[in-house]
Amino acid sequence: MSGPSLMDSLFQRTLEDLIKGLRQQLIGEQAFISKALEEIRKEIKSTDLSTKSTALLKLCYLSNLHFHDMSFAAFHALEVLSSPRFPHKKIAYHAISLSFHDSTPVLLLITNHLRKDLTSTNEFEVSLSLQCLSRIANVDLARDLTPEVFTLLSSNKLYVRKRAVAVVLRVFEKYPDSVRVCFKRLVENLENYDPQILSAVVGVFSELACKDPRSYLPLAPEFYKILVDSKSNWISIKVLKIFAKLAPLEPRLANRVVEPICDLMRKTGAKSLLFECVRTVVTSFSEYESAVRLAVEKIREFLVDEDPNLKYLGLHALSIVASKHLWVVSENKEVVIKSLSDPDPNIKIESLRLVMAMVSEHNVAEISKVLVNYALKSDPLFCNEILGSILSTCSRNVYEIIVDFDWYVSLLGEMSRIPHCQMGEEIENQFIDIGLRVKDVRPELVRVARDLLIDPALLGNSFLHRVLSAAAWVSGEYVEFSRNPLEFMEALLQPRTSLLPPSIMAIYIQSAFKVLVFCLHTCFVRGGSTAGVPASASYESFDDLSVENGADSTVAHGQTCTSAPITNESIVNLLKLVELALSPLLGSHDVEVQERARNLLGFVDLIKLEALNSSGQEENDSERKGVEATKIIRLVHDAFSKELGPVSLTAQGKVPVPDGLTLNENLGDLETICGDIELPSSNTFSFGYPSEEKDVSSFSNLQIKEDSGQSNESTSLLAEHRKRHGLYYLPSGKSEVISNDYPPANDPALQGDNNDNASDLVKLTAESLVPKRKPNHSKPRPVVVKLDEVDEKPVAVKQLESRDDSLSGAVRDILFGSEDILPTSSRSNLPNSNRKGKKKQHMITQVESKENVVDDGNSSSRRRKDHSHGKERRHRKKNAEERNETDRKEKESSSNHPRRHKSRQRAEEPLKVPPQTSVIPDFLL
Amino acid sequence: IHFVLLISRQGKVRLTKWYSTYSKKERSKVLRELSGVILTRGPRLCNFVEWRGLKVVYKRYASLYFCMCMDPDGNELEILEIIHHYVEVLDRYFGSVCELDLIYNFHKAYYILDEILISGELQESSKRTVVRSVAAQDSLVEAAKEETGSTISNIIALAAK
Repeated sequence: MSGPSLMDSLFQRTLEDLIKGLRQQLIGEQAFISKALEEIRKEIKSTDLSTKSTALLKLCYLSNLHFHDMSFAAFHALEVLSSPRFPHKKIAYHAISLSFHDSTPVLLLITNHLRKDLTSTNEFEVSLSLQCLSRIANVDLARDLTPEVFTLLSSNKLYVRKRAVAVVLRVFEKYPDSVRVCFKRLVENLENYDPQILSAVVGVFSELACKDPRSYLPLAPEFYKILVDSKSNWISIKVLKIFAKLAPLEPRLANRVVEPICDLMRKTGAKSLLFECVRTVVTSFSEYESAVRLAVEKIREFLVDEDPNLKYLGLHALSIVASKHLWVVSENKEVVIKSLSDPDPNIKIESLRLVMAMVSEHNVAEISKVLVNYALKSDPLFCNEILGSILSTCSRNVYEIIVDFDWYVSLLGEMSRIPHCQMGEEIENQFIDIGLRVKDVRPELVRVARDLLIDPALLGNSFLHRVLSAAAWVSGEYVEFSRNPLEFMEALLQPRTSLLPPSIMAIYIQSAFKVLVFCLHTCFVRGGSTAGVPASASYESFDDLSVENGADSTVAHGQTCTSAPITNESIVNLLKLVELALSPLLGSHDVEVQERARNLLGFVDLIKLEALNSSGQEENDSERKGVEATKIIRLVHDAFSKELGPVSLTAQGKVPVPDGLTLNENLGDLETICGDIELPSSNTFSFGYPSEEKDVSSFSNLQIKEDSGQSNESTSLLAEHRKRHGLYYLPSGKSEVISNDYPPANDPALQGDNNDNASDLVKLTAESLVPKRKPNHSKPRPVVVKLDEVDEKPVAVKQLESRDDSLSGAVRDILFGSEDILPTSSRSNLPNSNRKGKKKQHMITQVESKENVVDDGNSSSRRRKDHSHGKERRHRKKNAEERNETDRKEKESSSNHPRRHKSRQRAEEPLKVPPQTSVIPDFLL
Repeated sequence: IHFVLLISRQGKVRLTKWYSTYSKKERSKVLRELSGVILTRGPRLCNFVEWRGLKVVYKRYASLYFCMCMDPDGNELEILEIIHHYVEVLDRYFGSVCELDLIYNFHKAYYILDEILISGELQESSKRTVVRSVAAQDSLVEAAKEETGSTISNIIALAAK
């Protein structure tokens, strides 16, 4: 029997051997480890405890540093734990606290071992088991071991006691009812003079207060004392943390505490304590001007310090202040801007945040300029960080801070030319978004788009492709503002476009299509005389009605015609160019590109005949054919020049689902309606309520297509494009969404709107811009948004509360003098608040009567107090005794420290609110 | 404090201690991410890194990086002090500590850490006390070992006869 185990223990590798072997192995780390694991598996089954424990230790090592599973050894660890020898126990505890977690199956078996060790006479054993408990405690363990921990809380061995205090935190967390048992003793420890115990207790309270500060308000006097008396920086920091949480809840407490904190700030030499003071002041005492000034002074010292840590913290503190006292940031503007070029990326980011916090309507241009300059100089990562924050700040709240959109659009253009720029997608979105939202900026937008499109060098940068696609879209959509559409055509069809990915290529072609149609339209329909095709009077009057953009676009047309006259000749060249550029694309592998190219070419073929013939042939013939061509052109042009309304990304979610509409059902319909049209997955707008209209329209469109054939080809094509690139078309819930049928039918009404909006276009001031913009897009928003938020938030808060409630509720119960020694969870949970209210009131009235403070509403509460008093006596004698005890204590303390008492009373005051509404709890009757 | 890590300059892990629950996978992911972030940072930069909404405070001692992760509202300088405190205690215990000490006595490094921190809170700010209590436990261990050693030698002696 002893043979093999003896051999094992003699020839077992120790941990040291293992580590040495691992460092010198020749067979590869993995192989070595798996071999070692093999050995360990064997050894750990041995009956000899020292062999076993060594194996366990080795396993710990491997699991910890090489992440090997050690859950198989859980039971063996327990076996080692049962050893009477200290070293074995130590190893076992070590292993357990490393490897156990809430769902470890053998966790149930450990309770007794822990209990035995918690009551052991060896303080190290006790501390080991406490240490372990602090790591692995779950509900059951916490519940079962509460009595032991409770005893240890008043242990006379400091070494054990401070650990017990620290463990209490975990026990409370897991098993809130234990608060009833342990809390009083914990509070008693607050009055302990041993710094170690005190630090442990304060640590526990600072953690507890983080979760639910309100419950600990009554303890404020104790904390205050600690704050004033404490010599240890560790403790001061923790107490400050507690006050940072408590102060916002009770203004009078803040009044009291702010002075000592400032003192501390002036006196202390320790940077960590100083920083904690500063942070406490800026987070929780921001109303106290003098304190804030002092803190800001200290922050400035941090900022100019050589140590990057302090610098970083200074900036961090600044960013906390920034939300309330912006002047602080602007005072330190120079330092902040300077630290943008700090070598440390963290400092840079922090200062960037600050700079962004300073941005306002007035300085946005200036700051952006500075930042863009920094972006040009800095490394790619930070450069994009800067650009990203510019973009997000400027676009915040629908471009709230932007006054001069022309400037902003050109800034966007500039940013996209910065070599490291990777924010293409964001810039793309903003280009389109601004185009949709802000009418007045469109000419500038088109200009910027032109600059981007025309530069062949940009095509090589893959990050820019998204920007280019936006530019292409803009050029197609707002071509009427362009001075020279032909230039666009050339830019869109330049040979280097072959570098673009297919999806963007497709947008290019589509935009080219739009531009082409526009050119033809100006050439044949509007400027009929140049082309030599007489447009009949009816057409012309009709045109005037149907031109989408009303007066302004007519003006624009006039300008384009004069600035870059589109002649028949140029049209012919244009058509040739299109054919030349697109014919290779007919063989493209991408379906989208191929289809678009084919469509455009088809259109060109159709038009070419007319255009070419019109000059050479006889008047009559050309007139007839010309009319046909112009008809087509006009139709297509009308389809394209439909105004698109802006819709916020989340608009979909804000539309309330009407009764009786199930979204799934809707989707089902959709599929049956357009079964053969594949719904693009990227189209975020195609689902849900607003899409209904769109689908209907596209459906009707399909029908029309069948009916009227060729002339509608392009419109249906447009419909398809709209479906596929919903992003660009932004269907909205409004009526002006997308109707692909002949626009003139429902046009006049719409046009009236647009005319109204655009009538005073001459004033390009931003002030007139804003109100105009808002009605445009925010109609469906306001009420719905608010409702959403209001509905959601309280729910979340409630959930949180209910989770915390059992713990903080228990804490409050204790604090307000009710000592329920036999807690039952059901009772504690249900009438919690009622009972609490009662107790609170009780306490308060007692205090008040003692101090002879006359307060309104006091009489009624006193009456109720008497009521409850009698009842409770009957109900629980012991309870009353204990309360008397606490009362007595309070009296003592109040006589000793009258000031303190006052603050306590103050602290309790806000809690008076609930009792007034509370009903008399059932269980007291 | 959520966890404590010791990483060597080569990215090798020397010690890990987790005070919040992390699964095996998360742990190795955390390690990979953090060592990527921290080891690449230059010497003259600040010692704080924001990471997944938490703050990681690290400090380099010789070739070892000591990292501690805490809540965003924790005190960075305090954590730095704790790290320094730990290192000083290690130094006292091992007598001018080096990386090899930690490699070979990894469990002892743990024990010392346990003396200093309990469930992520600092509990012992006196270096002397820490060293004394660790030493006391060591002597207990030694005593027990000698005992076993003597029994084994007895057995060997018996077997030899």
